[in-house]
Amino acid sequence: MSRDDALDALLTDARHGSRRALGRLLSVAERGGDAASALDRRMLDAPPPLWTVGIVGAPGVGKSTLTARLVAAAADGPTGPVPRVAVIAVDPSSPLTGGAILGDRIRMQGVGSRPEVFVRSMAHRGDDGGLARAVPIAIRVLGSVGVATVIVETVGVGQIELEIIHVADTVIAAMSPGWGDAIQAAKAGLLEVADLFAVNKADRPGVADAVRDLEQMLDAGLARGSGDGRAWRPPVLPTVATDGTGIDGLWSAAEAHREWLVATGGLQRVRDERIRHEIGRRAKDLLAGRIDARTAELDLATARQTPGQWAALVAADVCAHADAPGTSAA
Amino acid sequence: MDTDATSPAAAGPSPTATSDGTRVGTTTLGGVPVEAVYGGADLGEPGEYPYTRGAYASMYRDKLWTMRMFAGFGLVADTNRRFHELLAAGVTGLSTAFDMPTLMGRDSDHPWSVGEVGRAGVAVDTLADMDDLFAGIDLGGVTTSMTINGPAVTVMAMYIAVADRRGTPRAALGGTIQNDILKEYQAQKEYIFPPAPSVRLVTDLMRFTSAELPRWHPVSVSGYHIREAGSTAAQELGFTLANGFAYVEAAVRAGLTADEAARRMSFFFNAHADFFEEIGKYRAARRIWARWLRERWAVTDERALRLRFHAQTSGVSLTAQQPEVNIARVALQALAAVLGGTQSLHTDAYDEALALPSEHAARLALRTQQVVAYETGAARVADPLGGSAYVEWMTDELERRAEAIFSHIDELGQGSMLDGVIAGIESGYFTGEIADAAYRYERELAAGERIVVGVNEFTEASAPPPSLQTIDPRIESEQRTRLDAVRRDRSSEAVARALACVAEHAGDPTRNVMPAIIEAVHAHATVGEVTAALEAVFGGYTEAAVA
Amino acid sequence: MSDPPPIRILLAKLGFDGHDRGLKVIARTLRDAGFEVIYLGLRQTAGSVVIAAEQEDVAVIGISMHNGGHLTLGPMMVRAVADAGLEIPVVIGGIVPAEDVPTLREHGIFAVLGPGTALETVVATIHAAAATHDGMVG
Ligand SMILES: Nc1nc2c(ncn2[C@@H]2O[C@H](COP(=O)(O)OP(=O)(O)O)[C@@H](O)[C@H]2O)c(=O)[nH]1
Ligand SMILES: [Mg+2]
Repeated sequence: MSRDDALDALLTDARHGSRRALGRLLSVAERGGDAASALDRRMLDAPPPLWTVGIVGAPGVGKSTLTARLVAAAADGPTGPVPRVAVIAVDPSSPLTGGAILGDRIRMQGVGSRPEVFVRSMAHRGDDGGLARAVPIAIRVLGSVGVATVIVETVGVGQIELEIIHVADTVIAAMSPGWGDAIQAAKAGLLEVADLFAVNKADRPGVADAVRDLEQMLDAGLARGSGDGRAWRPPVLPTVATDGTGIDGLWSAAEAHREWLVATGGLQRVRDERIRHEIGRRAKDLLAGRIDARTAELDLATARQTPGQWAALVAADVCAHADAPGTSAA
Repeated sequence: MDTDATSPAAAGPSPTATSDGTRVGTTTLGGVPVEAVYGGADLGEPGEYPYTRGAYASMYRDKLWTMRMFAGFGLVADTNRRFHELLAAGVTGLSTAFDMPTLMGRDSDHPWSVGEVGRAGVAVDTLADMDDLFAGIDLGGVTTSMTINGPAVTVMAMYIAVADRRGTPRAALGGTIQNDILKEYQAQKEYIFPPAPSVRLVTDLMRFTSAELPRWHPVSVSGYHIREAGSTAAQELGFTLANGFAYVEAAVRAGLTADEAARRMSFFFNAHADFFEEIGKYRAARRIWARWLRERWAVTDERALRLRFHAQTSGVSLTAQQPEVNIARVALQALAAVLGGTQSLHTDAYDEALALPSEHAARLALRTQQVVAYETGAARVADPLGGSAYVEWMTDELERRAEAIFSHIDELGQGSMLDGVIAGIESGYFTGEIADAAYRYERELAAGERIVVGVNEFTEASAPPPSLQTIDPRIESEQRTRLDAVRRDRSSEAVARALACVAEHAGDPTRNVMPAIIEAVHAHATVGEVTAALEAVFGGYTEAAVA
Repeated sequence: MSDPPPIRILLAKLGFDGHDRGLKVIARTLRDAGFEVIYLGLRQTAGSVVIAAEQEDVAVIGISMHNGGHLTLGPMMVRAVADAGLEIPVVIGGIVPAEDVPTLREHGIFAVLGPGTALETVVATIHAAAATHDGMVG
């Protein structure tokens, strides 16, 4: 079977409910390269998932436990052969060896075995942006086979995670009470990306303080905001993921955010923005290698120029040869 | 023998062999008379605060350590027969090992119980099982040690209910239940509910025994399993004592005094291969415990300040290769425990790396202790290594390392050891540290930086290792038949009512859940049913991720 | 991409058996050998392992056993994988006496890593197991 036939067969099987085929397709997306591009081309006419939710926050705040709870909320509803809800749980890879221990699934055992649910663990695989490329394709694949809701869990500590979270229509930032968490969140850039805040582990002391700190920062205008008049003010909600307290409230607030997006035309705008972002990012990736190559070739002795002048020269050169061989975007 | 004054209260999984502290002698083999202890005042005295040199002044001259040996099997009738043999031989302390389903609070007909019923201990599902386990035995005249944690309240309730039915006063019941749930999350993984409600069950039992069973030891704080899971000696010391502090704090929150709580607590440590490190560990443990209790909780009662412990030689140090070499390992580990002042000792059988111990190997293990006790002279003098520059330094160093661990936990708990331990459990701190230590050791072994005889050096072409003891499949079907009979003959309304009451009391943190559980087991609710009732209120627990 | 993608392996324990020291050492060993380890941990069933293996598209399933149940649970695991239409090799680690290894091999277990197996042997065995797994698309 040719690669294209194999992909088509997997897509057909996945649309008929094969978990194995869906698992395979996500590996193709994850692996990148030509096969992933070929797969992504098949997504052009397919619907995206109805809703993509991101959950981001420091390690240990309870993202996976929250995710499991939200999945349970999202899984209720009419069931077909295809899972209604999928989770993509991202963990870091070891920077030294490239390997990873992916443990998020441990917290999703209860829901992960339900037929309405599909859980996939993904490793960061280094800082080359591979995962940031793979996750949007994976989400399109999930949508195309009929998954309604996709939840992406990721540690919000680095550039890549913030890139990944860009794929979500609705972003929930999770934190736990404890001094400085809100400040940490602000530093990590979470305030700007989040549409909702879950102050998890509300069974622990310090919840009220954490909620107040966050509210103050939001009032000070540090939030994601929106340009079209009726701005969305991110709500701050205490939760106890381990026993489910506050989960209903969090889920309805998330749904309210989605409705707000739809009502204000924001959903399409967010998604368009996202595609532009992805295009821009990938274009930069494509050019980056050639810029590096061209820079390495420069004979600095030939002319006395400032670095800025050299850069302009490199950029002009690279753009002039944008259709050079070996750079096809597939 | 187990007596209240000196029992280590360790729930060693075994009946107790007779031991006689008067025969260790006062002269050497060559006839040289020796004192009970040596060393100047600067070293401190055994039996005196901070007890670095020993819990008691004259140590083994007064009373030898208790020799506990492993025996766990099959149906309650099998174990009961063994109990009677031991009692006839003069033993007054019985030790009960339970099978895996019982340890996990599940009945013998749980789907996961297949193949496990009666295998590594006795299966107890119902009050009838507990009654038959102790048939013909005066519960007021023996002490009983029960190695169980997650469902400790239920098993304890059954023991009490049996006594109630026989008219034995509760106050006459003496013994120990391990009931150390914190180390389950950290190491042994036989947890059922989340940490916070589980600790509440521990303190419920502490409060209950304190009020009604004054001779009972309701917690044996166990580092053994932490070490077996791969920790270092310093981690075993630090984590275990932190757990001990956590229980004291929990008991104080629950309304006991720190003196009351600590008085009935005892410890259970590993006896591992690195001889002087182990000895330093035991000495440091006593000193830390006494100092922390005095300084942090203003404890004054000597019985509370004085740390008493049971030790067991290290199962993971035994090798499947050249198994007879294990006899030498066990002997040296046992000697370390004795030189470190243990109150009770279990020596492993040399064939345990691959199987439940054979009877022959178990007997050899007991003989090994007897050699240490009666032939080496190690028991003649208290803390014979006290004053050795190396041993004193090692003691200080382990104490320093343990203190660093306490500081971290205290910080996690923002000034509360209990909250710190629970936070460390939930964040995967303990499991991560232990797994990292285990991994480091394996890599050192792989790199040849550590030598284990017969494993990575001095190897021999391997002889076929002994096979696992097989267990008669009829045990499982017979136990299920017993369980079915109880379910058939009881009043299901009464059971439902009693279980509803258990759930209600579990949901109210101001109540002690013990009386309701005792009522439920009187009504013939099973271990698994009580677990389910509590689980409905408390929820279950999932381990912290590893990464 | 030039480098081959990391091999994905699932690690789990079945039932009540809580001895996970070995499994965690293996998880770290494989991580440091460049594998992606999907760590399922304790209290799994053959069914939950199969569901996870399918969704995670792993090349190998590693099960650790210390309770003497390997002769029942090992073949049960292999059967569950086959019944789900998966072709994923199953490797068993833990306390398995040498005399039981041929029986387990006959039941389709790819390899048994008994007590004292060297870490490099573990890595080599998992590589060999992964090589039998049907490859990726493209
Ligand atoms: N007390 C408390 N613990 C929680 C809560 N949510 C999660 N946890 C615990 O926090 C730890 C980390 O949770 P996890 O979901 O793995 O966090 P993640 O690393 O952010 O995905 C686990 O031990 C959870 O049981 C909560 O609301 N309260
Ligand atoms: Mg997580």
